[in-house]
Amino acid sequence: MDQLLDFGPVFDNLDKILLGFWATIRIAAMTAVLSLFLGTVLAAFRVSPTPVLRATGSFVVNLLRNTPLTLVLAICILAINDNLKVTLSDSEGINRYWWGVLGLSVYTSAFVCEALRSGINTVPLGQAEAARSIGLTSTQSLRMIILPQAVRAVIAPLGSVMIAMIKNTTVVGAVAYGVEAAAVMKNLFYDFGASIPIFVGIAVGYMILTLPTGFLFGWLAKRMAVAR
Amino acid sequence: MSRSGANVLFDAPGPRARLRNNIITGVSALLLLGVAWVVYDRLNDRGQWAGKLWDPFTEWQVWDNLILPGLKNTLAAAAVASVLALLFGVVFGLARLSDHWWIRLPAGAVVEFFRAIPLLILIFLAFFVPPAISPVIADGPLGNLQRTLVENVFFVFGVEINAGNVTVPAFAALVFGLVMYNGSVLAEVVRAGVLAVPRGQSEAAYAIGLRKNAVMRLVLLPQAITAMMPAVVSQMVVLLKDTALGFVIAYEDLLSSGFRIVPANYANLIPAAIVISIIYIGINMALSHLANRLERRSRRSRKTSARTLAADATTGGAVGLSTTDAATGAD
Repeated sequence: MDQLLDFGPVFDNLDKILLGFWATIRIAAMTAVLSLFLGTVLAAFRVSPTPVLRATGSFVVNLLRNTPLTLVLAICILAINDNLKVTLSDSEGINRYWWGVLGLSVYTSAFVCEALRSGINTVPLGQAEAARSIGLTSTQSLRMIILPQAVRAVIAPLGSVMIAMIKNTTVVGAVAYGVEAAAVMKNLFYDFGASIPIFVGIAVGYMILTLPTGFLFGWLAKRMAVAR
Repeated sequence: MSRSGANVLFDAPGPRARLRNNIITGVSALLLLGVAWVVYDRLNDRGQWAGKLWDPFTEWQVWDNLILPGLKNTLAAAAVASVLALLFGVVFGLARLSDHWWIRLPAGAVVEFFRAIPLLILIFLAFFVPPAISPVIADGPLGNLQRTLVENVFFVFGVEINAGNVTVPAFAALVFGLVMYNGSVLAEVVRAGVLAVPRGQSEAAYAIGLRKNAVMRLVLLPQAITAMMPAVVSQMVVLLKDTALGFVIAYEDLLSSGFRIVPANYANLIPAAIVISIIYIGINMALSHLANRLERRSRRSRKTSARTLAADATTGGAVGLSTTDAATGAD
């Protein structure tokens, strides 16, 4: 029974595992930036005064929200990259990294958009009416009154979206870019035989990434909360 | 919550604003049509709209032999996993509410653990680990227990044991991952649902002499179920989407039939991708729609005094998400 709990392979391959998590972090960081940007654009579409943009926004969000991430990434990599030969970089590794990040960002942006939009919905109508009554233009009231309250209201949900995104990097590894932590785990399984210690090592690694992110966003949400 | 975001952001437009809006509408419509045209044109350049690539989808045999079996496997995994995840969720959700610390703490640890790690590595765990460690266990003191468990319980999922070697089919591995992950999320939903019933309800129930068990069974749970239904159904959408991860361990689901088998036969990857996307989106939108309807109904309902847990719009899916706010229904 001893060999079941032998953590030797985990410590012997710590460098590989850490490299895997470094790749995970690189994917997650770039995706966080891209998806927050794309999500904000989508949210702007969904609350714009122009019906065409509103319709486009909700069409895109509903499309992305109801498609499995695996399918989004498979379309990015297998269909657009491999089949249509649309590449983002000459180096194969970098190309796959960017397709993975792009697919994950597009998918995550739908959830970022929904979080932001629900934030705008939490701002009471009276705030906007007050802003107008003191003579602010619509841009001013958006910039100074509504957005600051809306963003503060959605910090916690955005944190959940980001945690899910970090966990979703495993799918990027599986479909597109096989050097991040979950792919490392699979390779170790092939090299050393599958074992519980290797799984536990990788699982702890993910908990080290996700739990502090959760605490950070929870702390920020409390700190920034708007008292009503 | 205001009726729509536009109310907070915009006044009723006057003549000049209407003119400006019309101009923006025209320009953005042109831009979007331009984007659509570019995509269409690029695909056309590659010959992706050629009739012969799409013809397979007009033949019944293609649906009958390739796509529908995949869809059936997807729905089977989703159905089995949903039922088991609900069971897991109810058991662990109520265990987390227990008055005894020795039930509450282990249940909390299990739920937090399975929520914090990616679904895919849970699927890898179930798929790769039992075949590797089962021979060692078979030689140890737990060998008989392992054999009995596989032969009497896990055989339903197709798990097999041969001379101490346990093999796990892709279906069982996928279901295991889905149940552990979504079950943990549902446990939080159940807990939040029970906690959403106002305190006065249980106080009143204790006051008329009901025991703990009866308070839960007769007073809290019936109200909690109404409140948590929308969150449960929207978690089903997440679960259904996550079945696509079976693709990674070669489970023959809808994604696999649409992305491996049909294109392998007809060399029509792009059309096949479009068709299966439409199927996935159709099923999920129907479920989301149901969740929203349940949510509206439950918000109106006077049968429960619990506040409704939102059919969470921010639930991020594939490897799931929304931890705290799916559960607490932050709206």
